[in-house]
Amino acid sequence: MPAPIRLRELIRTIRTARTQAEEREMIQKECAAIRSSFREEDNTYRCRNVAKLLYMHMLGYPAHFGQLECLKLIASQKFTDKRIGYLGAMLLLDERQDVHLLMTNCIKNDLNHSTQYVQGLALCTLGCMGSSEMCRDLAGEVEKLLKTSNSYLRKKVTLCAVHVIRKVPELMEMFLPATKNLLSEKNHGECELVPQLVRILKNLIMSGYSPEHDVSGISDPFLQVRILRLLRILGKSDDDSSEAMNDILAQVATNTETSKNVGNAILYETVLTIMDIKSESGLRVLAINILGRFLLNNDKNIRYVALTSLLKTVQTDHNAVQRHRSTIVDCLKDLDVSIKRRAMELSFALVNGNNIRGMMKELLYFLDSCDPEFKADCASGVFLAAEKYAPSKRWHIDTIMRVLTTAGSYVRDDSVPNLIQLITNSVEMHAYTVQRLYKALLDDISQQPLVQVASWCIGEYGDLLVSGQCEEEEPIQVTEDEVLDVLEGLLVSNLSAAVTRGYSLTAIMKLSTRFSGVNRIKKVVSIYGSSIDVELQQRAVEYNALFKKYDHMRPALLERMPIMEKSASNGPTEIVQTNGETEPSVVDSKHPPPVSQPANQVGALLHLFLNLDLHDTFGMRSNSFDLFFRANPNPNVAVITIHASNSTEADMTDFVFQAAVPKVSRPNPAQIIKCLCFEVLIHGFGVFCVGLQCDFLFSLRMRIKLTYTLKGSPVQDLAEVNNFPPQSWQ
Amino acid sequence: MPMRFLLLFSRQGKLRLQKWFTPLTDREKKKVIRDVMALVLARPPRSCNFLHWRDIKVVYKRYASLYFCTGLEDQDNELLTLEVLHRYVELLDKYFGNVCELDIIFNFEKAYYILDEFLMGGEVLETSKVAVSVSMENADTLQETMEEYMNRPAF
Repeated sequence: MPAPIRLRELIRTIRTARTQAEEREMIQKECAAIRSSFREEDNTYRCRNVAKLLYMHMLGYPAHFGQLECLKLIASQKFTDKRIGYLGAMLLLDERQDVHLLMTNCIKNDLNHSTQYVQGLALCTLGCMGSSEMCRDLAGEVEKLLKTSNSYLRKKVTLCAVHVIRKVPELMEMFLPATKNLLSEKNHGECELVPQLVRILKNLIMSGYSPEHDVSGISDPFLQVRILRLLRILGKSDDDSSEAMNDILAQVATNTETSKNVGNAILYETVLTIMDIKSESGLRVLAINILGRFLLNNDKNIRYVALTSLLKTVQTDHNAVQRHRSTIVDCLKDLDVSIKRRAMELSFALVNGNNIRGMMKELLYFLDSCDPEFKADCASGVFLAAEKYAPSKRWHIDTIMRVLTTAGSYVRDDSVPNLIQLITNSVEMHAYTVQRLYKALLDDISQQPLVQVASWCIGEYGDLLVSGQCEEEEPIQVTEDEVLDVLEGLLVSNLSAAVTRGYSLTAIMKLSTRFSGVNRIKKVVSIYGSSIDVELQQRAVEYNALFKKYDHMRPALLERMPIMEKSASNGPTEIVQTNGETEPSVVDSKHPPPVSQPANQVGALLHLFLNLDLHDTFGMRSNSFDLFFRANPNPNVAVITIHASNSTEADMTDFVFQAAVPKVSRPNPAQIIKCLCFEVLIHGFGVFCVGLQCDFLFSLRMRIKLTYTLKGSPVQDLAEVNNFPPQSWQ
Repeated sequence: MPMRFLLLFSRQGKLRLQKWFTPLTDREKKKVIRDVMALVLARPPRSCNFLHWRDIKVVYKRYASLYFCTGLEDQDNELLTLEVLHRYVELLDKYFGNVCELDIIFNFEKAYYILDEFLMGGEVLETSKVAVSVSMENADTLQETMEEYMNRPAF
C-alpha cells in the first residue's frame, strides 16, 4: 500500500474542490484510505492519518473512528505522535464518552515524564477537558507537581489544579498548602489565591517592570486584572478586606492611563470590583463617575460596557447614576444597535416623578425613529412609566395617544384592556379622549390596538362625541351617521383582525342606547347574525335577541361602564344561565364551562362595583363577594342588574349564581321571570340581570346564593337583599 | 473567569479553529458554532464588538479575513478579552511571521499548540510573549529532531 498522502497535500487538494459535493467525495475517499490504514495498525503513518482526520473534522465531517487511534498516539514514545494524539483527544473526545477514561493511565505516565514538554501536554489536556473521574484519579499527581522548581511547569500545573478544583470542589483542601507557597514567587503566572495581592498590585503599577509582559505601556494588564478579580472575590462579603483595599482601588482608578483599550479594561475591572465589595460611598461615586466618563468615550465598546454596568448599579446607586442621565439619553441616538438597547433599558430605569416630562419626550422621539425590534418593548416601557409618574391625566392620555398612533401595531395585546381601564377611570377626559381617538381612526385604521381602543371608546362615549362637549380642545362636528360609518367601515375592512371586528360590533350595539337613530344599528346587527365568523355571529344573534325580546333590559345592560378598580389582569369567566321554575322561584345558573385561569393570572376575578347612579342602587357584601344591584323600573317588569366581583385575592371558578324570591300570597306573587347573564366584560366583571315581576318590591326579600370554588374548595355564599329602595318603584 | 469557547472563522463562514473549554456534545457544539457565526457575520462593520447570545456574552474581533470569537460568562471583563484576542494574534504573528489566514489553514495544529501555551482551561496561562515563543521553539525542535532521525517528515 502506498504511503498515505501528507497533510498539507490533502489540504491543498480539498481546497481545489469547487462544489460541496466534490469536496465530500474527496473526503470520503480519503476517509476510506485512512480507515484501511488504521486497520493495518501502521505505526509510522498513524500520526499523519490522525492529523488529516482532524482537518476533516474541522470541516464538519464525522471523525469518531479516529478516537482510539488518538489514544494509541498518546501512548507512543515519539513526541510528534504525542502532540497530535493529545490534540486529537482534545478535539474528538469529550468527557461524556467513556473512551476518554482510557487516557487516564497515559496521562498519569506523561505527568511524570522526563521531558517537560510532554508533561506540559498532559497537563494541558487534563486542564482543558479532564472529567471529574479523571481529576479525582490524577489529583494526587497534580498536587505533587505543584512543588516542582520548574517555572514553566508550575504555571501549567497551577491552572490544571484550578480546573481540578472546579470539577471536584472537595479536593480543594489538598491544594491549599501548596498555593501558599506559590504566593511568594516572583514569576508572574501563578499568583492565584493571594493575601499579599495588594502589595503585588502596587508594585506592578509603580514599577516599569518587565517589557515582555507589557501591553501599550501598562505592565502586565492580565495579571493586574486577575488580582483585581481576586480582590473582588475576597472583599465581597468581608468588611475588613474591603477596607484594606480601598486605597489601592482608588489608586488604580486614578493612575491608570486611559488612552488605550488596555487601560480602560483595567479601569473597568476596578469599577466592577468596587461595586461588588463593601466599599465606602466615596469610592462608589468615583466608580460611577468613571462609568460616566466611559459614556463619553469615542470607542463604542467602552460606551457599551459603561451602559451595561450602569444598568446593574442603577438600583443601588440611583442618585449617582441620575447625574449622568443626559449622556445616557444621548446614547439613544447612537447608531449601534446594542448600545441603543442598553440605553433604552437604562433610560426607563431612570425615569421618576421629577424628570418624567423631559424623559418621555426623548423616549417618544426614540419610539418614532427606532427599529421595529425595539418598538414593542419601548411602548410597554412608556405605558408603565406613564402610569407610575404621569403628572396629569391630560398628559397621560396624550402620551397614550402618541404611542398608539406612532407604534400602534407593535403595542402588546394585553395593553389594550389596561388602556381601556385607564381611560374609563379618567372621567373628566372622556370627551377629549374619544374625540382624539375618533380623529386618529379617520386617519388610519391599520393599527389594531389603536383601533380596538378607539372602537371601545366610541361605543362608550359616542354621545359625548356627537354632542361636541369637549373642553380640552376645539370640539369637532360629527353626526351619528358619520360615527356609524366609521365603525361599520371597521367591520368590513380587510385590515381589521377578528378581535377588532368584535370590538366594533359591540361598540355599534352600545350606541343604540346613546344615539337616537336605532334603526340603522338594528339593521347592522341583524346582518351580522349570519356572518361566517362564529364570534361575530354569536354576538349579533345575542344583540338581536336583545332588541327583539329583551328590549326593556337593553338600556341597563348597555349603560356607561363605571370606574373599575385596578385588579390584576385576568380572564373572563363565561357563565350561562337558564330560567328556573316559578316555585320557589329559584333561578339557577348553569355551571359555567370551567374556564381555567392561566397560571400567571393572579387574584380577583369578578369585581362588583357600585353604580353610583342616583338612588336606585344599593349594595351588599358577602364573605368574598361584592354585589351591587341596580333596579330599573319598568311598568311590567323590574329589572335588577347585578354586577358581581370577587373581593378576595384568589381565583374563583365554577361560579353559580342563584336568586330566589319567597312565594308570598298576594294578588300578584313575585316571580322571577328571567335571569340573564351576559358575557363578563373586561377585567372580569359579571353582569347579571334578574327580571322580576312584582309590584311590591319595597318589601321584597330576595335570596342570593353564590357557589364557587375558591382556592380549590367549594364555597357557598348566602345573602339576602331586602332593602330595595321604595322610591324607585313608584 | 474562564472563557467558554474560542472560535476562528472566515468571512465565508468556514471554521478555522475551535477550542472548547466546557464539555458539550458534538451536536451542541455544532449548534453554537452555527448560531454564533450567523450572529457575528451579520453585524454591520462599525458596530460594537460585544453581543449577547443566550446567557453568554460574545466578544469578537475581525483581523483581516478572520473573525476571532469567544464566549464569556456574565461576570467577565469584555474589554480585557479583546486584549486576550489581540495577544493571541500577536503570538501567531510572531510565530508565523506576518501571519495570514492561509498560515492558519495549512498549519492549524501549530495554531492549536500556540493557543495551548497561552491559555489553559479558558484562563490566561502565560502573559509573557517571549516565554510562549521560547516554548514553541523548543517543542518544535524536539519534534524536528525526531523527523531528522526518521529522515522523513512526520506528516
